[in-house]
Amino acid sequence: MSLYAVQKFLYELNRSEAVQVTYRSAPDALLDEFDLTSEERDALTEPDIGKLFHLGVNGQILMHFAAFHQIEWQDYLQRMRDGIAKHGPVREGVYAMTTALDEEVAPVHSTSPSPASDTPGEN
Amino acid sequence: MPLVYAGVCSHAPGITGRSDQADPQVRDRFYDAFDAMRADLEAAKPDAVVVIAAEHFANFFMNNMPSFAIGMADSYEGPIEDPGWLGIEKQSVLGNRDLSQRFITEVMKGSDVSYAEEWKFDHGIMVPLHFLTPRYDTAIIPVNINCQGPPLTPLARAWAFGESIRAAADALPERIAVIGTGGISHWPATPDSGKINVEWDLDFMDRWCRNDRDALLDYDDLSVYADAGQGGFEIRTFIAVSAAAAGATGTVHFLEPIPIFAVSCTVASYALD
Repeated sequence: MSLYAVQKFLYELNRSEAVQVTYRSAPDALLDEFDLTSEERDALTEPDIGKLFHLGVNGQILMHFAAFHQIEWQDYLQRMRDGIAKHGPVREGVYAMTTALDEEVAPVHSTSPSPASDTPGEN
Repeated sequence: MPLVYAGVCSHAPGITGRSDQADPQVRDRFYDAFDAMRADLEAAKPDAVVVIAAEHFANFFMNNMPSFAIGMADSYEGPIEDPGWLGIEKQSVLGNRDLSQRFITEVMKGSDVSYAEEWKFDHGIMVPLHFLTPRYDTAIIPVNINCQGPPLTPLARAWAFGESIRAAADALPERIAVIGTGGISHWPATPDSGKINVEWDLDFMDRWCRNDRDALLDYDDLSVYADAGQGGFEIRTFIAVSAAAAGATGTVHFLEPIPIFAVSCTVASYALD
């Protein structure tokens, strides 16, 4: 297992449009350049956001990767929670989870309780 | 000449990327505070704005992580993030290589820094610039303090770095402004996103406004991590600005939690002589 290699790959991908083009067209050749386990490689290819969070990928790197894949914010947060539920706590690094799986952290969803009430004048 | 402006603000990507999901009344007052900060900054007529950021692996990684880095280019590009996600289109941002080089030369007299002739901006710089220099035509000198990859830059060194920045600004003939960007307490990009320790934030900003060096340095990474999350490590940028303000006292213009932005949204400045 090499969390460093996983994060190095994501770092290169996140910051370079040229790498992003290669990732889309020839991901295997690109991933061959990094010393990854099959577990890590599968998570990067899918992409499995929950598994990557569980492996300990720094949240900032993971957040940019999710944005690259057009994963909407609430979906991104849920995928991380699902990853913890399925695979267990974050293995290493400082981007661990500090709340319970069923805990509502904060009203991060729209301040309106449902789409139906998401109208002008609602706060 | 003496530093012409010193302030701090938040840089969380949700500020621009998820603006439609925030309570509009709170959000708009926050944006108003950013607008006022822009007016103050413009009134200071800076030749360059030094943006002390806590970047998120846009340029620096654990293969070669500097404690401090300063940009030295005539232009920069950003954001690295998906523009739709961040709510900011790709830009070319004005720099000033000559001024950066002279600034870095002065900073190096007091602090050991890396310099970089290439620098891609992430949300840590692009979000503040979106509000503060929205035409991207004010020269930026980007600065990074390692707040991400442990071992992190010690707080006392961040303070000393701020002093070096002040000395450099004072030594140059140009008008230099300094802006620190970062979160206070937050647990960004994790399932805990939206968790905010408001009491901790208020206490920190009280220390910041008093410009109390001993109080600002009276934290350690373990307690910050426990009380303020991994995002709290970004206090280094605020602390560097405190040192650069050289004893001036500060005012908080806005400080309210906006959970969908994942942070206590903050705008504050020092009253320089």
